[in-house]
Amino acid sequence: MIYKFMQELKRGVFTENPIFVLALGLCPTLGVSTSVENGIGMGIATTLVLICSNAMISIFKDLIPDRVRIPCFIVIIATFVSVVQLLIKAYFPEIDTYLGIFIPLIVVNCIIFARAEAFAAKNSVLPSITDGLVMGIGYTVALVVLSALREFLGANRLLGLSVIPGYSPMTIFVLAPGGFFTIALVLAIINSFKLRGKK
Amino acid sequence: MSNENLFHISSSPHIRDKRTISRIMLDVIIALLPALVVSTIIFGARALVITLVAVVAALITEHIISVLLMRKRTTIGDLSAIVTGILLAFNLPVAIDPILAALGSVFAIAVAKMAFGGLGFNFINPALAGRTFLMASYPAAMTGAIFAQKGYGGKLPENLSGMNLDAVLGANAIDGISQATPLVAIKKLQELQDFDLLDLQEAFAPLFLGNVGGTIGETSALALLVGGIYLIYKRVINPLVPFIYIFGVFLLYWIFGGDYSHFSGSAFTVPMFQILSGGIFLGAFFMITDMTTTPITLKGQAIFAAGCAIITFLIRKFGGYPEGCSYSILLMNLLTPLIDRYVKPKVYGTGGAK
Repeated sequence: MIYKFMQELKRGVFTENPIFVLALGLCPTLGVSTSVENGIGMGIATTLVLICSNAMISIFKDLIPDRVRIPCFIVIIATFVSVVQLLIKAYFPEIDTYLGIFIPLIVVNCIIFARAEAFAAKNSVLPSITDGLVMGIGYTVALVVLSALREFLGANRLLGLSVIPGYSPMTIFVLAPGGFFTIALVLAIINSFKLRGKK
Repeated sequence: MSNENLFHISSSPHIRDKRTISRIMLDVIIALLPALVVSTIIFGARALVITLVAVVAALITEHIISVLLMRKRTTIGDLSAIVTGILLAFNLPVAIDPILAALGSVFAIAVAKMAFGGLGFNFINPALAGRTFLMASYPAAMTGAIFAQKGYGGKLPENLSGMNLDAVLGANAIDGISQATPLVAIKKLQELQDFDLLDLQEAFAPLFLGNVGGTIGETSALALLVGGIYLIYKRVINPLVPFIYIFGVFLLYWIFGGDYSHFSGSAFTVPMFQILSGGIFLGAFFMITDMTTTPITLKGQAIFAAGCAIITFLIRKFGGYPEGCSYSILLMNLLTPLIDRYVKPKVYGTGGAK
């Protein structure tokens, strides 16, 4: 059981990582990965929505007519996004101000769509929940890696603490272009390791 | 076989030229030397040190990337990294931290050039990309104090520089001064509606010779002009392109310049001041003539230069920055593939007869 979960976890974080391998959901990734706090907050919010929507969609997969499945998915996802948004507003108002529009935008995050379409609509409840969990963890890990790099390079901070005294940070990394540079850099490194493994 | 050349059989190319990349780049470096000498005289040895740091950093970065990452023979032999380093340094204020100059070089070579495949594959000018990177990351260091050596001869009139230089320098107790660059000064004064045309005219000589505040390489229009003429003489660049750019900015300022009658003498003062100050000459001779990042055909290059002139004018006149030269070139770099697409020359023999 645990072994099987570890296999799934490996799939979510490494072999099928939503950002680094599937390259899904790049827009919110570029938007919120400016600090590790934001990255963790966004990752957890997305994971919650992913688990709940995967579970709900796999329960109702036989009831949903094929032709209108996308609107049905959106209704289900939007419901859970609203729930998560209200929860964050109630208990973590600070995170809400940082993430702002990106929380409602989880509705159209293509990671959630992709998992609903590719996995939850074809599998039973428990595997779908597991898939939502491991994909959410993979997304969170990727966000933390990117946001840690950006926060360190662009602001010389990690989780709000300053890292190297006397290092003047490259502000561009917390600006929008820096998001593109960082994700391109990390993807290039990952791909070069993959290619090297194949040789 | 007495005349073996006559029966020499080979595949194309049949027309060969002695011009190589490294020869062209060497010409560009030679053309940049006058400006480097002048800036060393104006700003002191520090200008030379910053340039050297930028060049060395560019060379090391290119060597490491081409050998270790791309696993091929080092490409520093084509000298293009030296050109990038010099051009980047020319875009930096002399007071900048040498570490930042090196960082800009690393970014220019690693991200803007080598990441796309090296010389010939980069789509934006590496030196300008490095400058923009530093500009976005360290705005204070990039626009901060501009100082000159003691005995700083050229001076902007008091109205433009905001200080009585004779009094300041007469005291002889300082190593250098910092003052607004000409473009910052004129932008401020135009906003305040408080400038005298005679002051501007008085500034022409220092602007032309280069004794004004600014980045390392941009101040001396004369030195850049000498380098540009050398490049034109060596047929590295086509004179039409820099001409369109410089004259375009002049023309736009003349047409939309201000309150003067267009044919009175004073109507030419502001346009003249504008083309002599800032990076116009540096951009015109060394950046919009870059072979990789500008259109292939002469027609395309003319469109490119005109576009640069328009964007420079718009940024200077209406934008928040006092200088628009480098951003105009970067923007047009991005349009280069589009321009190339529309000015594609017709293949000889195809297409209907008219």
